[in-house]
Amino acid sequence: MRQPAQPEPGASPSIWSRLSTITDYFAWPLRTSHYLELVNPLWTTHKMQARVVKVWDETKDARTLTLRPGLNWRGHRAGQHVRVGIPANGKHYTRTYTISSPPEREDDCFTITVKAIDKGTISHHIVRNIKVGDYLPIGLPQGDFYLPDAQPIQPLFITAGSGITPAFSMINSLIAQGRLPDTCHIHYAPHEFDVVLGKELKAMDRYNDRYHLHLMYSREGDDPSRNRFSSAQLDALCPDWKERDVYACGPPSLLEAIEQCMEDAGCSRQLHVERFRAPFTDIPDDAVGGRVRFAQSDVETDGDSETPLLKVAEEAGMNPPHGCRMGICHTCNTTLVSGCVRDLRTGEVLNEAGSIVQTCICAAAGDCELDL
Amino acid sequence: MKTHQYPVDLTDEQIEEFGRELEAIRNEVFDSRGDRDRAYILKVIKTQRTMAVSSRFVIYLSLFFIPAWGHALATWPVALTIMGLGVFALGIAKILENMEIAHNVLHAQWDWMKDPEIQSNTWEWDTMSPSDRWMHSHNVVHHTWTNVLEKDLDVGYGIMRVTPMQKWKPAFLLQPIYFILLMLLFEEGVAIHEQAIDDHLKGKNKLKDFTPLLKRIGYKVWRQVAKDYIAWPLAAALVAIPISFYVPFSPLLVFGMVAGANAVANLIRNIWAFTIIFCGHFPAGAHNFTLEQVEGETRGRWYLRQMLGSCNIEGSKLFHILSGNLSHQIEHHLFPDMCSNRYKEVAPRVRALADRYGIPYNSASLFRQFGTTWLNNLRLAFPGGGEPYEPRREEASQS
Repeated sequence: MRQPAQPEPGASPSIWSRLSTITDYFAWPLRTSHYLELVNPLWTTHKMQARVVKVWDETKDARTLTLRPGLNWRGHRAGQHVRVGIPANGKHYTRTYTISSPPEREDDCFTITVKAIDKGTISHHIVRNIKVGDYLPIGLPQGDFYLPDAQPIQPLFITAGSGITPAFSMINSLIAQGRLPDTCHIHYAPHEFDVVLGKELKAMDRYNDRYHLHLMYSREGDDPSRNRFSSAQLDALCPDWKERDVYACGPPSLLEAIEQCMEDAGCSRQLHVERFRAPFTDIPDDAVGGRVRFAQSDVETDGDSETPLLKVAEEAGMNPPHGCRMGICHTCNTTLVSGCVRDLRTGEVLNEAGSIVQTCICAAAGDCELDL
Repeated sequence: MKTHQYPVDLTDEQIEEFGRELEAIRNEVFDSRGDRDRAYILKVIKTQRTMAVSSRFVIYLSLFFIPAWGHALATWPVALTIMGLGVFALGIAKILENMEIAHNVLHAQWDWMKDPEIQSNTWEWDTMSPSDRWMHSHNVVHHTWTNVLEKDLDVGYGIMRVTPMQKWKPAFLLQPIYFILLMLLFEEGVAIHEQAIDDHLKGKNKLKDFTPLLKRIGYKVWRQVAKDYIAWPLAAALVAIPISFYVPFSPLLVFGMVAGANAVANLIRNIWAFTIIFCGHFPAGAHNFTLEQVEGETRGRWYLRQMLGSCNIEGSKLFHILSGNLSHQIEHHLFPDMCSNRYKEVAPRVRALADRYGIPYNSASLFRQFGTTWLNNLRLAFPGGGEPYEPRREEASQS
């Protein structure tokens, strides 16, 4: 709330930001934007929101949301992702999704395609509960997985599951610009009916001579293992793969296999990979403490499963903020960067990056890193 | 076995068991937080913001009914009635913001939602005290050391004698006047309610030791004053300047009326907040504690102290919301970071638990709670009134 919107470096303040400096005197301690939000949530400058204008079920467990971003949105590059805040069970979760629409889209909207994954509470929530008219907080487009401006290149896309989204955006962008080079695309899915954006992919394949799509169904046919990624398969589907720039996105096992294959062929430099990072850390079975890292202070030490992290920090020579030492005043609140901690009062384990940790009543449950 | 010095007839084990039962209530509620609670706080915030901005425009609207306009409805009674409505609504909006929203957000009651907009460490509230300063003196000092003499600054706020345990001195003769002054200037009082300032008045530190603190408070005060007494009145006065060529009224009058309206709204909030907050720990029957009593205090005893030192006020649903659910002061002190809409649900359970253990549960009407607070204040302005307590200076200064 206290952080004003950062203007682009070098740009002079806009008329609106000059005006809002004055109107903020009327709105204090809030900002003008908080009151504009009452009229239209898309006009806010203190946070950015997007309105869900369309939901479309791609498969039985994948859904495309069309989002209209607020005024401060800036265009993305095909392949970039965006942070989306989702309220589920009263809590606010942040997840990163690739923008699946090309930047050339004319109505200023963009789409994200979400696949419900096993145990993924949030992706399930998006796929089942989000409806048209909802407002979701969003970030600005980020990420360096995009095509270079300098053409021509001959891309080879290797994707699996919801890893299709950045490739879909890139290919569509090239088509919209009318400069699609010779493109090969290998996509893996368990079954034909599981292919996210399948209809669109097939249509693109039909209408574009230079786009070559190979859909591989890893759980269909007599011998499904033949449909898994291998260099032999690559030779068969795309004989000139060693000359191509490879853009890969999918589950870690696939990415590892591709990396190995490219390394063996001596073409690692041609490989571009986008990884989806898991927001949760697995809870270790024994959970008996571990290495504790304090990111800002750059201190690393050991913490056992009984000693509050505040004490661990103090014994390591730090003096982090604290108050009551009994969990009521929240002066010691900090964020979990990664790893697991346990609330000593309830035994609850926090393992989601970004969780708020009260250091005076939480102890390490395995390795952890705190923003202190 | 009884080794504790709390005024209850319970064994040590019983107190710990009592604490565990409270903990169970707490955990049950914390585990069940969800969409319903989020919807509640979002609705209160939206209502408050809508009310705050529209009431200010109702105050503006009333300016079109001052007699100088010459139309049929342009009379002082009409103008003042409309302005009164605006002032009342603005006062309520400020009460909602301070009590049901900010007080509770700053207690980290809503941090569990992880909504970056509703976090205790970034929220700034509509009062002169900077929120982080208040969080220290309130969340840390007051909530940890509730009603412990020489530790909890809120016991008499350094200017009043609220328990006979405080030693009488002649300055307390004036405390009925402080009482009224603090009621009217509660916002300002809270802003300067600081250990450092208190120490300075006792000559324990130098002004330059806490200049950065004063600057922070000063900036917050300036922005509050700039909003209520400069920005909103000035905008009206600027519009009034061209109009005043045609309608015979002075832009200065317009400025004064809007500033005055805002002042009254702040006054309404001050009086209400003072009334509710003074009913929290000062009515008859609330216990105070000495440092000796709380030495080596366990979690169970901490719970017991919170319960013995706090008082509830009974009232309707709307009353509870307008009091920021501080009418459930006991529940708030037991579970300071439980979201406020749940206090009314746990209150019957806490009360039943207190009855079972024979612990007094101080709950009564606003009339009784504020009445005894006021009588207490008058009585304790004079010496006596109960068992005095001689603090053991050496020990106190060591801790």
